[in-house]
Amino acid sequence: MNSRNNPLSAREILEGSFLENRARILEVAAFLDRIERAEGAPQAHDDYRYRALLRAVECLLKPSGEVTKDILENLSDPTPEPIECAAGMKGAVGAWKGVKE
Amino acid sequence: MEGGEGVNFIDPHIHMVSRTTDDYRALALAGIGAITEPAFWAGFDRGSAQGFRDYFNQLTVAEPARAARFGIRHYCWICLNPKEAEDLSLARDVLAIMPEFLDRPTALGVGEIGLNKNSVNEVAVLELQINLAARRDELILVHTPHLEDKLKGTRLIMDVLRNEPRIRPERVLIDHAEEHTVGEIRDRGYWVGLTLYPDSKCSPARAVDILERYGTDRVWLNSAADWGISDPLAIIKAASEMRNRRHPEELIRKIFHDNPAAFLSQCPKFITP
Repeated sequence: MNSRNNPLSAREILEGSFLENRARILEVAAFLDRIERAEGAPQAHDDYRYRALLRAVECLLKPSGEVTKDILENLSDPTPEPIECAAGMKGAVGAWKGVKE
Repeated sequence: MEGGEGVNFIDPHIHMVSRTTDDYRALALAGIGAITEPAFWAGFDRGSAQGFRDYFNQLTVAEPARAARFGIRHYCWICLNPKEAEDLSLARDVLAIMPEFLDRPTALGVGEIGLNKNSVNEVAVLELQINLAARRDELILVHTPHLEDKLKGTRLIMDVLRNEPRIRPERVLIDHAEEHTVGEIRDRGYWVGLTLYPDSKCSPARAVDILERYGTDRVWLNSAADWGISDPLAIIKAASEMRNRRHPEELIRKIFHDNPAAFLSQCPKFITP
């Protein structure tokens, strides 16, 4: 299957889902605004999760048909080797803490 | 809201030990006729292999009986989940009791095995469980890590699988795939599982996007509903998303019945609903 296997036209997708996606992007904007209004905003700007989110927003500006994949890869641990020990570690955070080259 | 047109849908990954009997009723009313339940993490670490023995009994005795009250066929998968794989001594003890439960009439294979934080010990336990599955020629259901650990973990898991020549890719389903892992999983010949979750994993809309982008062969959708924020009727909502996009009923049947039935029927214990 390729992208033409979507029975809906681009216009139908836009008309059917514009409002819900308008609301979603406003949620992201409000989240960023909330951080700005809060104590410690400059420190939050250096947080790896904050930086990862801004990189994801940048990806949104380059529609390619693979934006979701690009963002997920951007948030992923790029190292190939297993970590030494996972004792006490259960959950995931959603963004890789290391520095990408 | 139902599966539609008399089709018995299959949710091939749902953790009913964490769900209420009311959920069984909802599944039945929605047209879900068969489910399979992988062994997983209970939200806390069990202290001994005896804890796993009790859990495996729950999976192979208690849940099939609970499901049968609503006309639903309940199957399961047996394993030590990757979140409890850091303790190698415990892992060996659990592996020793697994064959007894894999022999039970509703156990379809080894799963959901895989990785969680991609550690050395998790990989070692994964190798042991893949070896067990290969020796017994069991189907394998794979759990891939979440979020930032998924891409790396999926690749490590596929490397371990490739290193075991007795494993045939068509008898392995790699679950919790997303846009950045689907292509590589398919390229290596494994089945793909897409997990539908309200928040942290794939939404029904994204899952249908993936079907449109990567095709509808060797793929199933599941709810993986458990004790967290999750939706036991997620596959019904994904079917609804497909209908809203004007996908034909035969394609919906393929995704929610024929595909899971084809993979699961490789184990002769599975009876297609």
